[in-house]
Amino acid sequence: MVSGTNPGMDTPAVAVEGLRHSYGTREALAGVTFSVSRGEIFGLLGPNGGGKTTLFNILSTSMPATGGRARIFGRDVAAEPHAVRRGLGVVFQHPSLDPKLTVMENLEHHGHLYGLRGKLLKSRATVVLNRLGLSDRRRDLVAKLSGGLQRRAELAKALLHSPPLLLLDEPSTGLDPGARRDFTNHLDRLRREEGVTVLLTTHFTEEAERCNRVGIIHQGKLVALGVPDGLKKEIGGDVVVILPQDPEGLRRKIRERFGCEPVCIDGTLRVERPRGHEFVREVVEAFPGEVKSVTFGKPTLEDVFVHQTGHRLWGGQEISGDAP
Amino acid sequence: MKGFLLPVVTLWWREIQRFVRQRSRLIGAFAQPLVFWLLLGAGLGASFQPPGTPIGTSYVEYFYPGIIALALLFTAIFATISTVEDRQKGFMQGVLVAPVGRSSIVLGQALGGTTLALLEGVLFLFLAPVAGIPLTVPSVLLLVAVMFLMSFGMTNLGLIIAWGLDSTQGFHAIMNLILFPAWLLSGAFFPISGAPQWLAWAMRVNPLTYGMAALRRSMYLGNPEAAGDVPQMALSLGVTVLFCGATFLVATWTARRSTA
Repeated sequence: MVSGTNPGMDTPAVAVEGLRHSYGTREALAGVTFSVSRGEIFGLLGPNGGGKTTLFNILSTSMPATGGRARIFGRDVAAEPHAVRRGLGVVFQHPSLDPKLTVMENLEHHGHLYGLRGKLLKSRATVVLNRLGLSDRRRDLVAKLSGGLQRRAELAKALLHSPPLLLLDEPSTGLDPGARRDFTNHLDRLRREEGVTVLLTTHFTEEAERCNRVGIIHQGKLVALGVPDGLKKEIGGDVVVILPQDPEGLRRKIRERFGCEPVCIDGTLRVERPRGHEFVREVVEAFPGEVKSVTFGKPTLEDVFVHQTGHRLWGGQEISGDAP
Repeated sequence: MKGFLLPVVTLWWREIQRFVRQRSRLIGAFAQPLVFWLLLGAGLGASFQPPGTPIGTSYVEYFYPGIIALALLFTAIFATISTVEDRQKGFMQGVLVAPVGRSSIVLGQALGGTTLALLEGVLFLFLAPVAGIPLTVPSVLLLVAVMFLMSFGMTNLGLIIAWGLDSTQGFHAIMNLILFPAWLLSGAFFPISGAPQWLAWAMRVNPLTYGMAALRRSMYLGNPEAAGDVPQMALSLGVTVLFCGATFLVATWTARRSTA
């Protein structure tokens, strides 16, 4: 150990302090601070281009940050990349299995890179293949597997050397909802049964909902951090979404009558209010004929994102409501 | 040492596995120089007596070691070109975050490409009778050693380019502007003795010239006259070994600087 830090059990799995990164003059990370405890599934939620992948590349030791500090199990990512790498299982957004090789051949190469060989390698491969339900596909060429199975094989590969921390970049991109659920279930089992810590990036709110804690990242900054339920409670009550005939007109009328500030996105009005069901009735009664449809519900992480950033998670359209 | 060698061996073996599953690559890298050799050899044979070679040396014979060098170059370069995509969205992503030094990675890749190129070279040796060159056992052993060195240097050259570039588009430009001319000016196509002064100098500073010379001298082991007016064996081998070492160091350095 170079730094002399003692990675005891109370050291967080990931500790990021004031992390910055710039590509030339463009700032991708503008000082991000958070930590991930051991045995936790932590999700970084944000739109594409928000800084998630930059953060992932720094933590996975693919790229040094231009400022700040990142430690994994107490070891500095920039100062001791080799020691950090031993404890990392990485799943990239793009496949990192060689499609021209079989699943088993891929695992063998991966094991050799981590110093595993012979009987130990074989037994580890058997364990991870069983765990992910791939035992009968071990002799298949990766190119012949479905997208969902390829992702599972990626996870098997990342787990082969028993890393205490898994880093996953957009793990469910390109998967259908069934395969996505299946993949998340596997992660959850790994956390419960083996105490593996997971840090994943995603732009799917449903995937983030299933994490123990979520950090919302936007334009290189962490704009919210906490357990999904806690973040949603901060919004206060319910989210009512109204599809009006005339968005601007109705927005003014609601503001005058109810004293709240509706946010206008893509022709819909969005109001955060306690006791949403009563508000729905009041709005429909007050402005008959001006409302095409109304939905209301408990806030989602998407609502948290809108609340914090004034942007939508998808598309990135500007919202006119918060302009005075 | 185990931490260094196991990754080298596994990355070398992966290149072989991939090659075996794409037989078209093997055939392509063999057929292209073969056609080139037979057409140019037959076409130019009637009009040229290569200067500096004994009377009666046909162009097909003169061009034969040159075409072996071309086959080595093609195979070595095409073995490395996939590195560009591989490290951005393929297998190499995982290798780069594994606890493995960049020199192990580069050495494994280089030995993989070298093995494939050497295989092509050995296949070409079976065509020696067509060129009218009688090969002895010591000659063949020496040829394999020289081809190994040339392949290793050329694969390193390909890796330097592949680790330095962000897209495969630039690769073809460099192939056409640097690698192909380097082959043309190595004595593969025409000897130094007939070339104008400025061209002769370009050929003398070209490291491939010495690989070519070692190849010719190994072929005519018992009959040095027939190798023509090329650099001496010791000098040729020395330059080729230096070339291998230098390109390997530069390739490792390029790979260390590359972030993705």
